[in-house]
Amino acid sequence: MSAATHAFRDNLTMLRRNLLHARRYPSLTLNLLLTPVILLLLFVYVFGDVMSAGINGGHADRSDYVAYLVPGILLLTVAMTSLGTAVSVATDLTEGIMNRFRTMAISRASVLIGHVIGSVIQTLTALVLVLAIGVAVGFRPDATPVEWIAAAGLMALVSLALTWIAVGIGLVSPNPEGASNIGTPLVMLPFLSSAFVPVDAMPGWFRWFAEYQPFSPAIETLRGLLLGSGIGTRNAALAVAWCLGLTLLGHLWSKARFNREPRR
Amino acid sequence: MTTTDQELAIAATGLRKSYGDKTVLDGIDIHVPAGTVFSLLGPNGAGKTTAVNILSTLISADGGQARIAGHDLVAEAQAVRAAIGVTGQFSAVDGLITGEENMLLMADLHHLPRAEGRRVIAELLERFDLAEVAKKPASTYSGGMKRRLDIAMTLVGSPRIIFLDEPTTGLDPRSRHTMWQIIRELVSGGTTVFLTTQYLEEADQLADRIAVLNGGRLVAQGSAEELKRLVPGGHVRLRFSDPAAYERAATALRETTRDDEALTLQIPSDGSQRELRAILDWLDSAGVEADELSVHTPDLDDVFFALTGSSVPDRSTAPARPTGSAGSTGSTGPTGPIKSAQSAQSAQSTESAQSAGKETVR
Repeated sequence: MSAATHAFRDNLTMLRRNLLHARRYPSLTLNLLLTPVILLLLFVYVFGDVMSAGINGGHADRSDYVAYLVPGILLLTVAMTSLGTAVSVATDLTEGIMNRFRTMAISRASVLIGHVIGSVIQTLTALVLVLAIGVAVGFRPDATPVEWIAAAGLMALVSLALTWIAVGIGLVSPNPEGASNIGTPLVMLPFLSSAFVPVDAMPGWFRWFAEYQPFSPAIETLRGLLLGSGIGTRNAALAVAWCLGLTLLGHLWSKARFNREPRR
Repeated sequence: MTTTDQELAIAATGLRKSYGDKTVLDGIDIHVPAGTVFSLLGPNGAGKTTAVNILSTLISADGGQARIAGHDLVAEAQAVRAAIGVTGQFSAVDGLITGEENMLLMADLHHLPRAEGRRVIAELLERFDLAEVAKKPASTYSGGMKRRLDIAMTLVGSPRIIFLDEPTTGLDPRSRHTMWQIIRELVSGGTTVFLTTQYLEEADQLADRIAVLNGGRLVAQGSAEELKRLVPGGHVRLRFSDPAAYERAATALRETTRDDEALTLQIPSDGSQRELRAILDWLDSAGVEADELSVHTPDLDDVFFALTGSSVPDRSTAPARPTGSAGSTGSTGPTGPIKSAQSAQSAQSTESAQSAGKETVR
């Protein structure tokens, strides 16, 4: 067998391992879903009237706000589940199994690739769940099949980017708790985006950051796709550029960290 | 390359490693003939794990060269990895999945065909007494079970050379003996074993050759017998609380080493029944009674005091050298390979004796 087929098999093996973890311990993923789902319910049923009045110029209509909110919640979900990846990478490091992998004649990259692909699959599964809850509380997307595919592709791309960053975070963390802490800014970013309120409603000095940080363009694009309101090429291009940039950055960072000598 | 090099499973020269200004390995040479057990003996912090980590490609050395199974450690790291199996000090099992799944993971990573993988796994689980718990998550295993699973996982790829870093530390006596049995079986199957341990007894039981590592240097190499010869013999220690009794005993008994501050006397002895009775008779006839009598047998502490005491004459004139030279396959050859120690022994005997073992006789 050639080196490439070996590497491919190792990737599959590691992917199987990570999916096995997810299947054996669904509570780990479900816990991460708790925050987005609670926020969704809170903002719809508790703050819904105020928020919808805010975005509608005084006229309160909760269903308008549900439509506005759900795409943001979906991407918050992506951020949360990527945090899970950081924790599981850090756990691998503390468990000693990582050192075993390092002393075996396997494709080294497969250890990380298994985590990343496994995590993206988990995230997409989680998104289906959250979307279903969104629909249950009144979210009515009117996307065409092509738009659905584009939306799924966008979420997978965001997930890929954030997961690579999360793998890097997991690798630099001293322990799983540390990974969770270091990853917190990643999860905070959606709150500083247009997920909950439009950027226009934010103070001027903050607007620039909120508009151009990775989440806002992605959220705006997803909104456009799911609600059929048009995506605006600038946001879409920005979102894709952010994703590709972060994927590359996270990948290089993780690889460099992983090839470093293990901590003693 | 000479023929000798090819027979050596591990050939390392001048390995160095430091972290910051702390030198962990200060130029060590290790030569392990294929099919033998080599034990690196040393206290915590001696550099044992660092040596294993370097030789198993986990970390790189700052200096020196090594060939493992004939492959260069640095240039052919992947070939080295294909030849070795490593069981580190901390369990390298995936606690979230079952023992059997851990084994399957290894089979897949070794690219074993499905059926062969299944067969090897079933065999190993049976052999390591894990068949019954194979379907339980590894995190629920006891320390001994985890260690056995760890080694079983290492064996899935049938490595020619196995590194075991303190395989019995933290195990209860029964598990320790099971582990020894496992290691013996491995060697009888032709595997080369590189073992680190803090226990002289363990090295004694298992190893063909032992190297003593202290402060990043090999201070002695040889067979267990050769090492034991370095250690001052056992002794009996008598402790008194009454200074008068102590004085009486000190004058009555010959050949004692006095410790006036602690009021203890040390009498060279092999700890045999006959010698103990003789000492007791002496004490009786002198009419003194010791508060405590204890028998001390040589242990690792003694080896260390004998080999690493500060009054060892200039180390550089009598360096420990690798002895696995061409032609000498036997580990108990007549040419005692032990350097540096004889002169240290006499100078250090008192000190080392004081630190000796703890088998108290009631």
